[in-house]
Amino acid sequence: MTRVLLIVLPALLVMALLPLGVGGYILGLLTLGYYYAVFAMSWDLLFGFAGEVNFGPSFLIGVGAYTAALLNHYWLWPIPVCLAAGAVAAVAAGAVLAVPALRLTGPYFGLVTLVAVLLLQNVLVLFAGITGGEIGLDLPDVLAIDENTNYYYALAFMTVSGGILFGLSRSPVGLILQASGQDAIEAAALGFNVAKHKLTAFCISAFFSGLAGAMLIFYLGTASVGTVVDIAVGVNVIIAAVLGGRRTIIGAAVGAIFLIGAGEILRPLGQLSTFVVSAVALIVILFFPGGFMGRLLQAGGRE
Amino acid sequence: MTALLEVKGLFKRFGGLVAVRDIGFSIQAGEILGLIGPNGSGKSTVMKCIMGIERPNAGEVKLDGVDVAGWPTHRIARHGVGIVFQHARPLHRQTILEHIQLALLPDNLFMLRTNHALIRRAEEIAARVGLSRVMHRLPRTLPFADLRRLELAKAIARNPKVVLVDEPFAGLTSGEVADFSDLIASFRAEGHAVLLVDHNVKGVAALVDRVLAMYLGERVAEGTAEEVMRNETVRRVYLGGKIETSARPEREGKDRTPLLDVRNLGVLYGKATALEDVSIHVGEGEFVSVVGLNGAGKTTLFNAISGLVPSSGTINWRGETLTGRTPGAIARGGIVQCPETRELFGDMSVRENLDLGGQHQTVAEAERQLEWLFALFPILKSRQGQAARTLSGGEQQMLAIARALMMKPKLLILDEPTLGLAPVILEQLSKALETLRQTTDITVLLGEQNVTFALPHADRVYVLEHARIVWEGDPARFAEEAGAGYL
Repeated sequence: MTRVLLIVLPALLVMALLPLGVGGYILGLLTLGYYYAVFAMSWDLLFGFAGEVNFGPSFLIGVGAYTAALLNHYWLWPIPVCLAAGAVAAVAAGAVLAVPALRLTGPYFGLVTLVAVLLLQNVLVLFAGITGGEIGLDLPDVLAIDENTNYYYALAFMTVSGGILFGLSRSPVGLILQASGQDAIEAAALGFNVAKHKLTAFCISAFFSGLAGAMLIFYLGTASVGTVVDIAVGVNVIIAAVLGGRRTIIGAAVGAIFLIGAGEILRPLGQLSTFVVSAVALIVILFFPGGFMGRLLQAGGRE
Repeated sequence: MTALLEVKGLFKRFGGLVAVRDIGFSIQAGEILGLIGPNGSGKSTVMKCIMGIERPNAGEVKLDGVDVAGWPTHRIARHGVGIVFQHARPLHRQTILEHIQLALLPDNLFMLRTNHALIRRAEEIAARVGLSRVMHRLPRTLPFADLRRLELAKAIARNPKVVLVDEPFAGLTSGEVADFSDLIASFRAEGHAVLLVDHNVKGVAALVDRVLAMYLGERVAEGTAEEVMRNETVRRVYLGGKIETSARPEREGKDRTPLLDVRNLGVLYGKATALEDVSIHVGEGEFVSVVGLNGAGKTTLFNAISGLVPSSGTINWRGETLTGRTPGAIARGGIVQCPETRELFGDMSVRENLDLGGQHQTVAEAERQLEWLFALFPILKSRQGQAARTLSGGEQQMLAIARALMMKPKLLILDEPTLGLAPVILEQLSKALETLRQTTDITVLLGEQNVTFALPHADRVYVLEHARIVWEGDPARFAEEAGAGYL
């Protein structure tokens, strides 16, 4: 635990001081990265701890984002209310999806979540008159115009969400969740209601995904399928979490920031940049399944 | 005094197979009941039905007077049943102490802070099972016996009224067995009801108050350990009737290089020693039986020979080492294994299964081989067009052997061909093996726990026990020298 704090606190301090010495362009990039970090951390709670692969993180993100966007666009609800509504909608949609899906075993849970994304994407495109379709939906309100303010919103949001998710993962509940994920029969034989714990994990994951999705669109000023719903968004979230280190929560955040950063640094390569980032991800997953943070957090004097 | 656990009229079907038929028993507080039976007898299914891992089709499971049959596992666990699994499957990243803490936690979503009283309690339990020295280590750094201790510690932490223990001594050394016996006896002393599930009476005789013996899903005997060991049906199930032997005189070429020569073979499964310093040899044309109880290491030995599990030591085939060869190359070299799980292609017809076995031969050769096999197993000829899945257990076994023979092996390895078969089928299978032995010069290595089946055909017998060869010799001498261990 102290080891984790020793790594995280200095890193957060550096991040907090960045606006003093870094240009607006990089700050904007990191702002995006921090929201992705929350997506990836939420996903890791489900995959790393509950052992369920959610192939559709962008379903939860998208429901949260579009709920907030529609409320703000048509009824001009204030941002905080829209954010809360987005998070609640994501939890509700997640629960509706998870209750039947968690009854399935093996790869079927993953497939259900994948299909859910496709459905959401189709609905948004079909009702383009209301949702803006492929073009997206303009938002009358934005979080802030100033880059520094936006940066600090994102940093604070990531820090608080990460703190809660990490704390949860290290709590007794996190222990039960890991047991349920690794061996459901054994966990049940120890008297734990596996379905209840997994469903709760799914709802918590949905809450932070939806909230982050809603925050993201108020930062961007527009909600579009390409930024919050598309399968590619979900794939990036998954790659980020696995790249950073499964079952570490913090690793997921590192992976997400790395992924956004690398994509930008390699932008001069054009189309090739995606290829390079994917290749790096593949190599890490094949040869270092623990990810960036896997070894770092694990070797903590326990053996 | 009412029983803590009372099971009545328990039935469990898997498809058409009745795994458990009308089983009933009761266990009082402070009593240990042994539930024994050979592989496939349904004893593990009974245990799973009690724990709620399987739903019984009919019957009652009364826990302190409440019928819990059909409840979900976690509710049954909360109601007071604990299980010690045979295979420890610990979490990878949690220390031993955290595992014990986990077992102490209530089923609550709002347990966000670690409670210090809980940690102290976990430490006490670790001390009780002898894990205090290693409680801050990760499971993968611990030896097998300590992982088994951890399973016991979890059961103690749950403090259930009824404790189910699955094969408590599998894979342990004799010193460890004594330790574990003491721990299990302490459950009894504290007034828990204990159900021990094991393969044979002998292993648990010293510990149990009563024994219930099962065979093919049914109860065959109940009483004290001595009574059950004396019981005629039990003796027949384990030892069969009178053991007949017919070893042929030493075959020629005894002093030449044996066909298969295994020396100082060792296999580890993670922490567990599956084979230790095993040396066997099989001469050309010889029929050798390896006899051993479940878990003794027979299948591991065969898999090591076939190149399916990594091993230390040397395996020589016709004087050349097999080290580094792929399983496919070994099979093409003439060693064909007929695995205990049969591995038939269920949706293909009998004929298609056989044709697959004959793939490496010319059409004419395969035809001739098929002809010969249909003479050996006439039933397969009449079943040619049927899907393999729809055959009876005995027919499936014959098909598995026939498919292996299609490959014209030099050495045929048969792993527990009698598993789960009715006695009448055993006779047919036995006749076929005898014909095979008399009419061909094939070399056979047979692994069996059913001694009556293994001995009649054998020229030589090895006894495998707890990963080691403990006896080797003539089948005629087996009954007096090694037979006692088989009840």
